[in-house]
Amino acid sequence: MQTTFYDIHKSLDAKIVNFHGWEMPLQYTGIMDEHVNVRTNVGLFDVSHMGRFEIKGQHSLAFLQELVTNDLEKLGDHQALYSPMCYEDGGIVDDIIAYRLAHDRFLVVVNASNRSKDFEWISKHSKSAENVEDISDRTALLAIQGPRACDVLQELVEMDLQSVKPFHLVDANIDGIECMLSRTGYTGEDGFELFFDSSRTEIWSKLMHHGERFGIKPAGLGARDTLRLEAGLMLYGNDMDENTTPLEVPLKWTISFGKKQEFIGKKALSKSHPSKKLVGFEVLEKRIARQGNKVLVEGMEVGFVTSGSFSPTLRKSIGFCFVPVEVLLDQSIQIDIGGKPYEAKVSSTRFYKRK
Amino acid sequence: MLELKFTKEHEWVRIMDELAIIGISDFAQEQLGDIVSIELPKTGGVFRQGQTMAIVDSVKASSDIYAPISGEIVEVNEGLIEKPEVINQSPYDLGWIAKIKPSKMEEFESLMTREEYDRYIGQIK
Repeated sequence: MQTTFYDIHKSLDAKIVNFHGWEMPLQYTGIMDEHVNVRTNVGLFDVSHMGRFEIKGQHSLAFLQELVTNDLEKLGDHQALYSPMCYEDGGIVDDIIAYRLAHDRFLVVVNASNRSKDFEWISKHSKSAENVEDISDRTALLAIQGPRACDVLQELVEMDLQSVKPFHLVDANIDGIECMLSRTGYTGEDGFELFFDSSRTEIWSKLMHHGERFGIKPAGLGARDTLRLEAGLMLYGNDMDENTTPLEVPLKWTISFGKKQEFIGKKALSKSHPSKKLVGFEVLEKRIARQGNKVLVEGMEVGFVTSGSFSPTLRKSIGFCFVPVEVLLDQSIQIDIGGKPYEAKVSSTRFYKRK
Repeated sequence: MLELKFTKEHEWVRIMDELAIIGISDFAQEQLGDIVSIELPKTGGVFRQGQTMAIVDSVKASSDIYAPISGEIVEVNEGLIEKPEVINQSPYDLGWIAKIKPSKMEEFESLMTREEYDRYIGQIK
């Protein structure tokens, strides 16, 4: 599959990789270069491969509340919320962002890898009155991220974007093209995500053109991955899956045990006593840990790496791994890379926080 | 310019003063992307052709470097420990990895010429 921007990526000579069936740009000029540019200036990402569902009808809120662990009652119109969706046993179906467009209309953005699974799951639980529609193909999604993201976008819209708070969205008009702008992202930087009709690919060149003096560069999935890792953001399929509960990864804050409505997985989660937890780590030697590497404590295998990479900002080897709950912050661990143990230490999952 | 020869695993070898200087090809560094660390062999270490002698890590992947020719390591490019990105910037010159005293010089002759290597990477691209 290709997104509506595929020809643009090809014309920019991007290195294309297969990402869950999608032919996506891994990098344009290089992961490091793109990563650093997002941290210092601004980067433009095509994230149209992500799934987008529209949920309509009077009972939309109640219906979604049953599916997600977080409390959507908190949302006013034009606000968004991050939440896991769980199975009855507390395992994670996916992690999503739900946008309340109106009291009877929601937009749900899901991982590309889970699009069909999620659509089935959501549709299965919808009552006849609900209208669940997969609008991914007829919409495009771009993310503009970095300290200058707001400045670039401001060149194209009239309203004051500084007044848009994080996890809020606004409707905007860019040269006659209707867009929905949401102050969200997956990089640890300020930025916006833009939803619009998939035929209007000219939005890409408008952003690139107006972003030129702010140092905008396109950024691929490679930089997206290193950026989210530094920012302590988890990736479904790596750091969590159907065998992981939100209590085992640092997502306890997204479970609203006190919300009025029952939700799928609540019973299992409220009784659960996790034996493992996801933590951050830093390798103290000059090797990069990768997904699947074993984690050792005093020579004993105790867990595994779920995400690992070089951190372009910190110039260190970092990652996330599962360890037993008894393991402490700053504790010394070893990571088996290619059959050899390398010294590492446990850290917070949040390696980078913007000023 | 001294003749470069190549392996299927994308190492290059050049013979100078009876020593084999080795590194990785431009194609290899481009495929790996930004190289961020390297584990070099120890001087005095002895390798057979095809044995793992070094490991490079890029942001996205780890890759073994195999001895393209049998022999003893007489020198390694220590500068790469602090500046591994030199392999990306200058794969055939400043980014050399090690110098080997070959024990079987005939192995050099069996490696691919530049022309053969170009054809080889044309096929796998």
